[in-house]
Amino acid sequence: MTPAASEQHAYADVDVLRRTWSSKPGLMGWLSSINHQEIGRRYILTAFFFLLVGGLEALLMRLQLARPENTFLSAGRYNQIFTLHGTTMMFLFAVPVMEGMGVYLVPLMVGTRNVAFPRLNAFGYWIYLAGGLFLYGCVFFNMIPDAGWFAYPPLSGPQFSPGKGVDAWAQMITFTEISALCVSVELVVTILKMRAPGMSLSRMPMFCWSMLVQSFMIIFAMPAVMMASTVFLLNDRTLGTHFVNPAEGGDPLLYQHVFWFFGHPEVYIIFLPALGMISSILETHTRRHIFGYPALVLSLVGNGFIAFGLWVHHMFATGLPQIGEAYFTAASMMIAITSGVQIFCWLATLWSGRLQPTTAVHFVFGFIFIFVMGGMTGVILASIPLDLQTHDTFFVVAHFHYVLIGGALFPLFGAFHYWFPKLTGRMIDERLGKLSFWILFVGFNLTFFPMHWLGVVGMTRRVYTYIPGLGWGPANLMATTGAFLILLGGIIFISNALRSRTAGARAGNDPWEASTLEWEAESPPAPYNFANLPVVTSRTPLWTPLAERPIVIGMREDRREILITNVLDAEPHHRSVQPRPTLWPMLTALGFAIGLAGSIFAFSWYYVASVLGMIGLIGWFWPERPLRVDP
Amino acid sequence: MRQSMWHASGLNAEHIHQLGVVFGLLLSTIFLIVVGVALLSVRRRHRGFDQERLEGSHEPSARTEARLRWIVGVATGVTILILFGLTIVSVSVGKVISASVAPAGSLFVDVTGTQWWWKIRYASDDPSRILQTANEIHIPVGRPVAIRGNADDVIHSFWVPNLQGKRDLIPGRTTLEWLQADKPGEYRGQCAEFCGLQHAHMAFWVIAEPPDRFKAWFEQQLQPAVEPSDEDQRRGKEIFLKSGCVLCHAIRGTDAGAQIGPDLTHFGSRKTIAAGTLWNTKGNLAGWIADPQNIKPGTHMATVPIGSAEMQPLIDYLESLK
Repeated sequence: MTPAASEQHAYADVDVLRRTWSSKPGLMGWLSSINHQEIGRRYILTAFFFLLVGGLEALLMRLQLARPENTFLSAGRYNQIFTLHGTTMMFLFAVPVMEGMGVYLVPLMVGTRNVAFPRLNAFGYWIYLAGGLFLYGCVFFNMIPDAGWFAYPPLSGPQFSPGKGVDAWAQMITFTEISALCVSVELVVTILKMRAPGMSLSRMPMFCWSMLVQSFMIIFAMPAVMMASTVFLLNDRTLGTHFVNPAEGGDPLLYQHVFWFFGHPEVYIIFLPALGMISSILETHTRRHIFGYPALVLSLVGNGFIAFGLWVHHMFATGLPQIGEAYFTAASMMIAITSGVQIFCWLATLWSGRLQPTTAVHFVFGFIFIFVMGGMTGVILASIPLDLQTHDTFFVVAHFHYVLIGGALFPLFGAFHYWFPKLTGRMIDERLGKLSFWILFVGFNLTFFPMHWLGVVGMTRRVYTYIPGLGWGPANLMATTGAFLILLGGIIFISNALRSRTAGARAGNDPWEASTLEWEAESPPAPYNFANLPVVTSRTPLWTPLAERPIVIGMREDRREILITNVLDAEPHHRSVQPRPTLWPMLTALGFAIGLAGSIFAFSWYYVASVLGMIGLIGWFWPERPLRVDP
Repeated sequence: MRQSMWHASGLNAEHIHQLGVVFGLLLSTIFLIVVGVALLSVRRRHRGFDQERLEGSHEPSARTEARLRWIVGVATGVTILILFGLTIVSVSVGKVISASVAPAGSLFVDVTGTQWWWKIRYASDDPSRILQTANEIHIPVGRPVAIRGNADDVIHSFWVPNLQGKRDLIPGRTTLEWLQADKPGEYRGQCAEFCGLQHAHMAFWVIAEPPDRFKAWFEQQLQPAVEPSDEDQRRGKEIFLKSGCVLCHAIRGTDAGAQIGPDLTHFGSRKTIAAGTLWNTKGNLAGWIADPQNIKPGTHMATVPIGSAEMQPLIDYLESLK
């Protein structure tokens, strides 16, 4: 599919390109790397580590709930663990892993050499890593948050949650949201301004569309959580402000509104990239272009907008005026339309394509089954009367695990199998892959399906135990059994990945004969991504006959040059030179991290953060001669 | 013992249950259709679909695409109609069950959530007919009961699934919901909003009785506590009044008048102790008084040192407070 090597060499001097774009060798090179592939891989690996941690926390909870009045965990420990589980999964796994996939794939998919702001990209990763280490560092010193992952005041306020646990939680969110904002800004610019010539918006891969919408959502949603967790809660706790503390005249409902103004879009921030992944996997494995591209794009954008209009369905039980309730019910129902359109388009794609049942496709089917069921329970939760019964019960726990695991984790695992050859240069074992899929699928449903029923028969969420007479024991035991099946599936998944990384068959550039540009790069891609920057003439560039696929010439290879194109039609605009690798983003992140971590103990540490951050930024932006290698 | 929205025993819960059945049947059907179509697509191998082979791909013909567009369009239209219908049904049921004004003739009960039990207060214009109790709400069958919710400390949520959906109790605000039991029965409720360490052990009971029995109960509860009827109970009362118990608890008709813990005037008539944690038996009560932290770790009930010789009379007295 790709031009022969000799043909590539006719235009590009890959040796010079390699020297220009490689990171420096050794530890310093590793720490100073600003290559999007390396940063993306780090995001993904770190996030998977936190997935493992969050998963083990879930197992502890399931053990405690396996039978009534179990004493495996104390009340306090259980409350800490479910808080850590939710926090870890939402902030340290789900968002970062999607960001990592975007950072890795988007530049390859749009046919450029790096993300728009490579140093910001590195900074974003380091600050995310610092946030994760900070939270679990606090855990190590027994400063463990225990007010739930949305930490409603006044329970999370100074009076009812003494100690530093909730402060650690609130400040960890500062870290991860800075990181998410960094990634979203650079992805927006990468997608809008750095696409290969000819890749007009209407030819952009669905995954890039989903990352674009997701990034805009982050830009609008994350400042709200900063407002809630840092400005309101942390300041109420550490400075004695009166935003949301009713004892001081504050309003606890204000916190809920602002938090869910972020919190509901957050779900779509996690879920939209997964939709893009589904489209990529399906297009390749049905051997046809994705059905209904304009409808899919409009639905994504629609999802992005509507997601900001339904936060109140998390607060129906607080008692709103009727007119507001009707509005938010309608908005919550509306999101089912845009989601439905996407499902229909994929079904049409499946129906009319020639399906290849790879592991990735298995996970897509797992997605359809689980996510659609989660969507149906979502419609139930949008109805106020039904929500008033099911809210804060295990029915809701079942619902959001169906939409988040079904809607994001299964597509992510599918994407992992699909892009594994690109990431590692090796094929992943399909037999083990399918085995892990089936165990995960059965384990998932065994764990979470009974929870619907538990909610209906009255089991509230976040209880560390329950009394025997209510008949909740057997379903809970079933869920706990399922949790261990999920663990087994996870172990097979991990060992398959580890084994295939070295023992898998060599993949070649394009093992699936896929349609999008990332498969034109080597596997794993060279540091410069493409020897010759591609020019795009269709929506499925790699399915375009080779003779109709021009390349960009005239770019300098001895410095880090990228091509900037215009927003709508991707017409070449100018060449831009990217900065060289440097330690400063890492050092700046370290400075901020020290200051922010200290600030939960004393306000003066904010000065430390400012001074250290300032020093870091001065180093970062110190004028320098662009990197130049000898030809 | 049931705490289930599936076993509706009250007007509003019945409405919600019926709505749930409509939603459940419709949505399950849609789910089965979607999954069915997905699975069928695996089995089919393009019968009747002519394809042109592009390089590496198999694009369907324009005719197939047009047909699919039509089907997807119809499916979307049907989805919109169904959701529109569900929205209307849902909002109209919502108007009935979560009215912001209680129906005329309602019995007003103030419920205050506090870590980790429920203060119950039957409102009345006549101060002598205000009744204060805890963790157990008796209501007359067939009459609407307006629950005015409040919270002392953190946010709690009042929920009796057999009778009605939940309503949050928020410090500094008064929330309102109303419920009505249609048949006599004892319905368990539980705090639904995470409220700290012992959120799991913050239950209560709603006991629905025929109006005359309710009236009898109410009149009886308005009375001060009964006087001890034997020597043991008399000694128990003395122990109660001399010990730390009186720092938090009230027993009307005695000198104990503190309002920090649950009112114990008619303690012996209640089903459970420690907000639904234990059945109200002498053995459980002894265990609870001797070591509350063991039974409900973190509870604000203090461990009051009661000698083993004093425990029996104290329990006899408390259990006599019918």
